[in-house]
Amino acid sequence: MTGFFLSQIQGLDPLTSDEVLVAQNVFFGLIALVMILAALKMVTTENIVHAALYLVIVLAGAAGMFILLGAEFVAVTQILVYIGAIIVLFLFGIMLTKGSFGTEEGELRERNRMAILVSVLIVAVTSGSFIDSFRDAELNRQAPSTTADIGDSIFGQFIIPFEAISVLLLAALIGSVVIARRDQ
Amino acid sequence: MLLNQFLILSAVLFCIGVYGVLTRRNGVMVLMSIELILNSVNINLVAFAAFREAIPGEVFALFVIAVAAAEVGVGLAMVLLLYRNRRNIDLAGIDSMKG
Repeated sequence: MTGFFLSQIQGLDPLTSDEVLVAQNVFFGLIALVMILAALKMVTTENIVHAALYLVIVLAGAAGMFILLGAEFVAVTQILVYIGAIIVLFLFGIMLTKGSFGTEEGELRERNRMAILVSVLIVAVTSGSFIDSFRDAELNRQAPSTTADIGDSIFGQFIIPFEAISVLLLAALIGSVVIARRDQ
Repeated sequence: MLLNQFLILSAVLFCIGVYGVLTRRNGVMVLMSIELILNSVNINLVAFAAFREAIPGEVFALFVIAVAAAEVGVGLAMVLLLYRNRRNIDLAGIDSMKG
C-alpha cells in the first residue's frame, strides 16, 4: 500500500526538461496543424459566418502559441480583445450586410491562380530566409514573462507609444461613428 | 523548441491571409484575412521576444492588437457605408475612383 502511494507521489514529480521539451513540441505540432487547417478553411469557405468561426479557431490557436512562448499576458489579451471583441464586431458586420453577395466564378478563378502563386512565393522566400538565418536557434526561456514586467515596460520605456495608441483608439472611435452615421 | 518552427508557422499563416485578401471579394472577408495577417505578425513578434528573452517584443504585440482593433472598427464602418450606398459589399465592383 505504501509502495503504491509512493509511486503515485513519484508520478507527481516535476517533469524533466526532456519531457517538457517533448510535450511542448507535441502541443506545438497539434496547435499549428489545427491553426493552418482552420486558416485554409477560413479563406476558402463560401459561408461567411463559418469563416468567422474558423477565425476564432485560428486566434485561439495563436493564444496557445503565446502561452507556449511564455507570454501569458499577450495570450490573455489576445483572447479578450480578438475573440471577445473583434469577432463579435465581425459577426455584427456580417449580420448587417447579410444576403448582399453573389459570386462570379470566372474572374474569381483567374485571380485565384495568381493569388496562389503570390502566396506560395511569399512563404517560400520568407521561410527560406528564416531557415538560412536561424538555422537551429533554440528557444530556451527560463521563466515566463510576468505581467509586472510588461506593465513596467509599457508605463516606463513605452509611455509615449502607449499614449499615442490611446489617441489612435479615440480617433478610430470617432472616425467610425462619423463614417457609419446616417446623414440627416 | 526551435525559433524557426514559430517563424515558419507565422509565414504560412501570413501567406494564407494574403491569399484571402487577394481572392475574396466580400469586404468583411477581406478584413478578416487582414486580421489573420496581423495575427501571424504577432506570433513572430512574441517568438522573437522569447528568443531574446526581452519584453519589448511582447509590448509591441500588444500595440499591434490595439491597432488591429482600431482598424477593424473603421474598416467595418466603411463596409457598412458601402452597403448602405450600393446594397452590396462586392469589392470587385468598386472602381468609381479608377483613373
